[in-house]
Amino acid sequence: MNLSLQYLFSLRSIALAAGLGCAILGSAARAATPAELLAGYTAQAGSPATPARGQQFFADRHGREWSCSSCHGAVPTQTGKHASTGKPIGALAPAFNAERFTDAAKTEKWFRRNCNDVVGRECTAAEKADVLSWLLSLKP
Amino acid sequence: MSLRFRSCAQRAFLVLIATIGITYAAMADDDKRAVRVPLLPKYQQECAACHTAYPPGMLPAASWQRLMNNLPRHFGTDASLDPVTVKELSTWLTAHAGNYKRVSEAPPEDRITRSPWFIREHGEVSAATWKLPAVKSAANCAACHTQADRGDFNEHNVRIPR
Repeated sequence: MNLSLQYLFSLRSIALAAGLGCAILGSAARAATPAELLAGYTAQAGSPATPARGQQFFADRHGREWSCSSCHGAVPTQTGKHASTGKPIGALAPAFNAERFTDAAKTEKWFRRNCNDVVGRECTAAEKADVLSWLLSLKP
Repeated sequence: MSLRFRSCAQRAFLVLIATIGITYAAMADDDKRAVRVPLLPKYQQECAACHTAYPPGMLPAASWQRLMNNLPRHFGTDASLDPVTVKELSTWLTAHAGNYKRVSEAPPEDRITRSPWFIREHGEVSAATWKLPAVKSAANCAACHTQADRGDFNEHNVRIPR
């Protein structure tokens, strides 16, 4: 009885350890840091990112109704608000929201859609690098 | 005489029972809209980033199909998704789309807020309330329906901001 219980427990801990290991490996394979994403965009752009240019790009309207700040706020260190639905949007600056810019595919998806809404085209790697470098400069 | 009276009372009683039965059935039919389908995590993740996770039963399948086929031009914004996700969400939305009487017809522009039942249910909300900064849009369910994100639109959980 005791033996079989012990056996069961050890089986369970093996399974748990395996699960944990997979989770760590799995997330390590997909996760990114904001700094890594910035390095990628900067390399693609072929020139260093400029935070001030990113701030300007973020605040400006680009011939359309919305700027980035229409939904994210002028300085996106706080919760923003969707300009048409009113839905709260979590802070965009990584120092204020640890989830931001930790998934390359998600980052690309939102740049694609939001640049299309704000600028009417996809953003260049240089524009993305500028904006991200500015967001990374915002600290509590 | 007493016999006739009794049968009359019996008839009235029967009518009363029948009325209660019919009313109850009608309410049950109305409440089908409120039957809470557990939300697909991906639906919540992708769609509720910008707006309430509208219960799929609030639109007919034809409306969901049109909306999902047109995500790059989604009510004035680019809501495009990768094809695999579009397919997954479309399948789930159409499987749980509204198919009872009051949702059977597609509302104008496939907007939930232009459905006759939506307009009727919100008849007592004043124009000033709709314009409040905290409300702003009829799509902003959570401004008043405090449990909207859980698919709960019960009147008891409505708090209209001032």
